[in-house]
Amino acid sequence: MKQVVTLTVNGENCQALAEPRHTLLELLRDGLGLTGTKEGCGDGNCGACTVLLDGRPVNSCLVLALEAQGREVVTVEGLARNGALHPLQQALIDHGAIQCGFCTPGLVMAAYALLRDNPHPAEPEVRMAIAGNLCRCTGYDKVVRAIMAVG
Amino acid sequence: MKAFEYAAPRTLNEAVSLLAGAGPAARPLAGGTDLLPQMRYRRIQPPLVVDVKGVPELRRLEYAGDGLHIGAAVPLSDIASHPDVLRLYPVIAASCGLVGSVQIRNRGTLGGNLCNAVPSADTVPGLMCLGARAVLAGPSGRREVAVEEVCIGPGETVLGTGEMLVEVVVSPPPQGSAASYLRFTPRQEMDIAVAGVASLLTVDGQGLISRARVALAAVAPTPLRARRAEEVLEGQRLTEELIGRAAGEAAGECRPISDVRGSADYRRHLVAVLARRTLKANMQALGMAL
Amino acid sequence: MSAKFIGERLPRVDAPDRVTGRAVYAADIHLPGMLHGRVLRSPHAHARIKRIDFTKALALEGVKAVVTSADLPPMTGEPILVRGEIELNLNHIRQVALAQDKVLFHGQAVAAVAATDPHTAEDALELIEVDYEPLPAVLDAEEAMRQDAPLIHPDQYTHTHEGNLDRPSNIAATYTFGRGDVEEGFREADVVVEDTFRTRVVHQGYLEPSAAVAQVEPNGHITVWASTQGNFSLRGQLASVLEVPSSRIKVVPVEVGGGFGGKLNTLLELPAVLLSRKTGRPVKLVMSREEVLRATYPAPATVITVKAGATREGSLTAIYMRAVFDAGAFPIAPVVAAYFTGLAPYKVPHLKFEGCEVVTNKPKIGALRAPGAPQASFAVESQMDLLAEKLSIDPLELRRRNAAEEGDPPPVGRPFNRIGLQPLLEQVARHPAWTAPLKGTHRGRGLALAFWPGAIMPSSCHLTLQDDGSFSLVLGSVDLTGTRTVMLQVAAQELGMDPSQIRVSVGDTDSVGHTEVSGGSRITYTMSAAVHRACMNMLEQLRERAAAELEVDAGELEYEAGTFRSRTSPEKQLSLADLGRQSLRRGGPVTATGTTTRLQSAPAFAAHVVDVEVDPETGQVKVLKYTAFQDVGKAVNPTQVEGQIQGGAVQGLGWALMEGYQFSDSGVLQNATMLDYKTPTATDVPFIDAVIVEVPASDGPYGIRGVGEAPIVPPLPALANAIHQATGVRLRELPMSPEAVFMALQKARG
Repeated sequence: MKQVVTLTVNGENCQALAEPRHTLLELLRDGLGLTGTKEGCGDGNCGACTVLLDGRPVNSCLVLALEAQGREVVTVEGLARNGALHPLQQALIDHGAIQCGFCTPGLVMAAYALLRDNPHPAEPEVRMAIAGNLCRCTGYDKVVRAIMAVG
Repeated sequence: MKAFEYAAPRTLNEAVSLLAGAGPAARPLAGGTDLLPQMRYRRIQPPLVVDVKGVPELRRLEYAGDGLHIGAAVPLSDIASHPDVLRLYPVIAASCGLVGSVQIRNRGTLGGNLCNAVPSADTVPGLMCLGARAVLAGPSGRREVAVEEVCIGPGETVLGTGEMLVEVVVSPPPQGSAASYLRFTPRQEMDIAVAGVASLLTVDGQGLISRARVALAAVAPTPLRARRAEEVLEGQRLTEELIGRAAGEAAGECRPISDVRGSADYRRHLVAVLARRTLKANMQALGMAL
Repeated sequence: MSAKFIGERLPRVDAPDRVTGRAVYAADIHLPGMLHGRVLRSPHAHARIKRIDFTKALALEGVKAVVTSADLPPMTGEPILVRGEIELNLNHIRQVALAQDKVLFHGQAVAAVAATDPHTAEDALELIEVDYEPLPAVLDAEEAMRQDAPLIHPDQYTHTHEGNLDRPSNIAATYTFGRGDVEEGFREADVVVEDTFRTRVVHQGYLEPSAAVAQVEPNGHITVWASTQGNFSLRGQLASVLEVPSSRIKVVPVEVGGGFGGKLNTLLELPAVLLSRKTGRPVKLVMSREEVLRATYPAPATVITVKAGATREGSLTAIYMRAVFDAGAFPIAPVVAAYFTGLAPYKVPHLKFEGCEVVTNKPKIGALRAPGAPQASFAVESQMDLLAEKLSIDPLELRRRNAAEEGDPPPVGRPFNRIGLQPLLEQVARHPAWTAPLKGTHRGRGLALAFWPGAIMPSSCHLTLQDDGSFSLVLGSVDLTGTRTVMLQVAAQELGMDPSQIRVSVGDTDSVGHTEVSGGSRITYTMSAAVHRACMNMLEQLRERAAAELEVDAGELEYEAGTFRSRTSPEKQLSLADLGRQSLRRGGPVTATGTTTRLQSAPAFAAHVVDVEVDPETGQVKVLKYTAFQDVGKAVNPTQVEGQIQGGAVQGLGWALMEGYQFSDSGVLQNATMLDYKTPTATDVPFIDAVIVEVPASDGPYGIRGVGEAPIVPPLPALANAIHQATGVRLRELPMSPEAVFMALQKARG
């Protein structure tokens, strides 16, 4: 049976219908049309679906849509302001850290949370913070450099 | 995922009666990091999922006079970064900080890590060493069991139908003690223990070990106390040789299987290596030289 | 014209969309009335399908259709589709997409369901009844080669250079190549080494699970959005299997979340089209990660023996290679590539190769970055180090003494045109990655080489002058690795325009000429030639038009930065904006196409140096430092070139240290999650130092060579060589997991 879920997504109040078996990822992608967040594995092992739930990076494939009732969600679509990219997004572009881009939305959210809590992370801190975000294209080199360059 | 009913009670009584009313297949949901993949792969098909995160007792994380209270639904990242946990129970902070990734730790809970009853649960050996107790609530009231008695087999616990974990309580650590947990994984992060060892040493004024605890992960159907290793250590003065003997005992006590993550022989060997390393780390933490 | 844009670190034009979540991948497509499909998969590794009954599934509310291979037309045409260097057997590909009569591996698609939502479709799978008659499965290639092994294809006769053998066999084909007389060569050698090396099935590990959307219109026209490396190749495969004209199928480009060779063959598109045809509604199919790991096109397991001989002075005299490739459920494996890639770096007078491909009850293998080369080089480069050790010659020096040069014969084919192996090795010899001493215990440094010939195949583009003097450039190739950006650089260079004046996009299969798959490290090389030609052709046309407008001789006009100007009367000038406007009044719109079919090969070599530290108690290998040298001919965009090298190196590191399929005795993949099929995380690797060497290729514009394939190759042997130096233990089997390293150490300790 579908239920109404009311939540805040990228600062806007939203409502969507969801079955208990729908994940937050499905709610975002199919219910709200926010397809920026990706599903890479569906069991929490790749991080492509990372969003901020009440400010914390989580795998949205491991959150039920109904659990998001009344919560605040930020997705990759929510970082740019008035068309201006977030400095992290700009740094990823400038450093050539984007290849196929499928891991990028989740990686951006994980790195965003890191930089918010730790504006000048050292290399090991960056690597730890994005260890839950698998990337197969870049070898992480330019990704780590880009994140460090934002600080 | 098979269709199911979802409930999000606000009180413990409500949660217990929902679970009890739906029968043994119903599942409490805390972080969901283990439960949801199992449901997704249709390995389990609970008719009812009870989200217990709204129950206040389960969100408690506090160091009180009688020790540390960790509510069953507190995310691992909260535990790993809590100042009192870092100060007084570094082994708990460290083992909670090892599970999965940042994203997993922001959802996954200590209650889930324990009640999911996988042999590889990183947080459990440290709790076993500290003599932690699990507070359970069920249709016939509350009871307390030692954390080391909660798991009885892979995926199996002592929890009865309708019974759920409320919190884990850890007494204040004894004076002159140190504990640590190490696990071995092929990847540095985002991985699951091939073997894990926690140990705790309490050393008296004479430099003798008054209490030793060694607990193992991923090398038996449940997390396991290595009692013979503890006996080897207790009453003795720590030496390189003694550490070696205790580590050897621990390796002898484990009952690993061979699977995709490692062979039984390799796991047994890792237990010895990790036991030695945790004991040495404890020595160092106690400011003792070998 | 000054080199203004070639060699620039232009940011990728598609990056803003990817970093904001706006980029559209196949699974992001949503169409009105769209249905969602799921695929039923075989629970057996080998079984006959006796009956499929989906009445109960169809009765479930929300379920709209079920399809099986019975919905495909019988295969009447020629099953072999030859696409440049790639050969596809459509009869096999269609059976991987939907099993027919038999299932040949666990996870093979048996039926597909379309329903109003994916959960209902999944519920319906449980209601499909399939009767299987299990057959004995054979999972190991060497066992499958035995005469008493269960036959997977009873009608398969071993194909040899001398024709087919007369008894059915799991050995699909054998290959022999060589030159000189290896026995003579081994007699001339002072040292001979011989060992056998084994690798497991590994997966490309692209982050985006396979996905496809199909829409079949009432008139039979088919539109497909798919995660594919080749829109035209996909169209050709669908047209052949569905027996409809190519002109009735349109493949619309979407962004692709990684392929690495794994998205060349059609998989979900066939059931998606069939379901759409049956329901009259668009249908989307998306794989789970488990399906990706169990039932797509991973890279083959191999058993490769290399016997190599050299003189005391370190001259190679002979190499013999024997390669067994496990093709999985259907043949076609890169057996010959093992020979020509593994041995290409060296001058060797006597060579002999014996290879075969064998079918087993495992997923059909496909391409993965430099197909065949990593497995071969793991064996060859390990043996080169062993020879160096036995001869007491520095491993780099031994390689330099035997390194191939222009004019040398490769293992097969014509003599090398210009190649950069010797200059590359000179760079290594001077670089601190190789010369700086490695301090500390349990540490070792490893070196290994790689070769990739570079694929060619057709490429097309369309260039249009817009009415305001700006340009539109439409490419036929899927942009996997930054093609739009690099081709923008080429067009900006040749047209003398600012990149902001040129829009580059990927066209659908109706809007641009046939372009083969994005793979084989070929796109930058061949497409830049096509774009170069289109630009030249465009400027020629514009010059004629400008001459007519200005009433001067075309030869009198010079062109610079968007303006034609008379050399003799400079006041006579015409801008592209003028020409664009006038084209709508006189002469008509100006368009140009650029195509390439054949170019000379542009062979690429790489050399990697890695430092490791091994924990002797656990066998854990820590990668301390990694430096990848590669001759890229000309780096059109050095940032992207580095990215390719770094990504390839880390993919190779994963293959070397942690990746590998583990099957149960009944053929069920045991590590079908990303937790247990381990690929490197950010914490498992250091920065990868990419050193670009530029020795221009003989053909094509700017001296470009392909980049993408070679970097995955050297990590396998380089790690083995480094581990050997650190521990004295030589690993001949992948992955070199902590347990494998530890067990080898234990064995060595006795």
